[in-house]
Amino acid sequence: MTDPSTLKDKTDYFCMPSLGSDMEAGTLIEWVAQPGDQLNKGDVIAVVETQKGAIEIEVFHPGVVGEQLIQVGESAPVGEPMARFKRTDTQPSAVRPHQGQPLVGEAPSEGAQLAITDEDAIDNGQADQVKPPAEMKDTGLKQGLEPEQSISSLNTAPGSPMTKDSGGLDLDAMRQAIAAAMSRSKREIPHYYLSHDIDLTPASDWLAAYNAERAPDARLLMNALLIKAAALTLRNFPELNGFDREGRFKSSESIHIGTAIAIRGGGLVAPALHDADQQTLPELMVALRDLVARTRAGQLRRSELVDASIVVSSLGERGADRLFPIIQPPQVASIGFGTPRQGAWVVDGQLLIRTLITASIAGDHRHSDGHRGALFLHRLAECLQTPTDL
Amino acid sequence: MTRDQLRTLARDCLLEVAPDLADEPIPEDADLRGTLDLDSMDILNWITALHQKTGIAIPESDYARLFSLNAAVDYLSSGCSA
Repeated sequence: MTDPSTLKDKTDYFCMPSLGSDMEAGTLIEWVAQPGDQLNKGDVIAVVETQKGAIEIEVFHPGVVGEQLIQVGESAPVGEPMARFKRTDTQPSAVRPHQGQPLVGEAPSEGAQLAITDEDAIDNGQADQVKPPAEMKDTGLKQGLEPEQSISSLNTAPGSPMTKDSGGLDLDAMRQAIAAAMSRSKREIPHYYLSHDIDLTPASDWLAAYNAERAPDARLLMNALLIKAAALTLRNFPELNGFDREGRFKSSESIHIGTAIAIRGGGLVAPALHDADQQTLPELMVALRDLVARTRAGQLRRSELVDASIVVSSLGERGADRLFPIIQPPQVASIGFGTPRQGAWVVDGQLLIRTLITASIAGDHRHSDGHRGALFLHRLAECLQTPTDL
Repeated sequence: MTRDQLRTLARDCLLEVAPDLADEPIPEDADLRGTLDLDSMDILNWITALHQKTGIAIPESDYARLFSLNAAVDYLSSGCSA
């Protein structure tokens, strides 16, 4: 249990946040905000080096940056003050995030942060509240990013994402992080596995027709449809969308899909697509393109690393039929899609050739049962039969 | 654009999309998906850049024809999806 009296001191500081359940310390690469800068909730204050690359750290509350307490190149343990930070929201329940987004219930990043607070005694001014503010994290996704903007972000990616010095990716460190997470998952989580073959023909036909009418920058990938379908279906299965905290399940109010992105050379990250169930397909596609580009350049934000409530992995165009996902702690389920294929299928008593895809789910048997997992796959299949509703 | 210009353009766009390929020269006949391990997102981003720089329409049904740098140059040289 954290001692409230020591936490009170930390309300005037911004402290090194946890960027993953195995992180103990981070190295400051760059101060993005300077003393005197006024920041809104969600603005980036600094860039910190982790095993997943250079991660942009966002502030949890609006406020004014004060004196910097650690220097570029210095390492600080999770929870250590990085800079003085005077919050400007005096009544947390009255704070509205900018952009005028509605209060919609406990944001999962807050929930995850609280749980991390219990474990790691980090406070960024939240543990002294009885109930965290009910705020939707502003991720910039709803600002109507134009496709051209996401393309230009590709053009500004650093030339060499492989060098550690440039703040890009260190694949060895990433491999160690994956090894630690996956080992822990296999040790601690009793997995059940289910798979289901789905007729993807309606979605595939719809997508081909949609793309045929549009220039490349406005086209969609099948992965966007799969992610949206999974996100929509998850609305009815809250027990699959949340976090395990020392054996207790905490459901996530929001559906932040961690999308598994492979990095040539052997890395794998699953940053979050926030509120995937509420994005239109074009919005999701813009966000996906941006996320992939920044992942490969090692330029992700903290909220993208820790907010995912479930991971969706797709094998893509050239892969295997079926994937058996490994749940990423502290999540409680993981969804997989194999490579779409042509296969025999019975439609109205006739044997036809259809486009098929195998969806699979791994569930944490401490928090859900096969019956619910199976029902999820069944509903997911139904959802994909009406692509116009995605 | 001349074939040489298209060749340079195709290569430059590819390196923008996949900067990690810059470490070694890309063989002009190398299969982009099979050998260089580009996925559907990479291909879409590359084709988007090619379309924006040349104005040539590249329908989804033609993607398979741009299987290597050389093949892309051939496709773009003909100027259309005939």
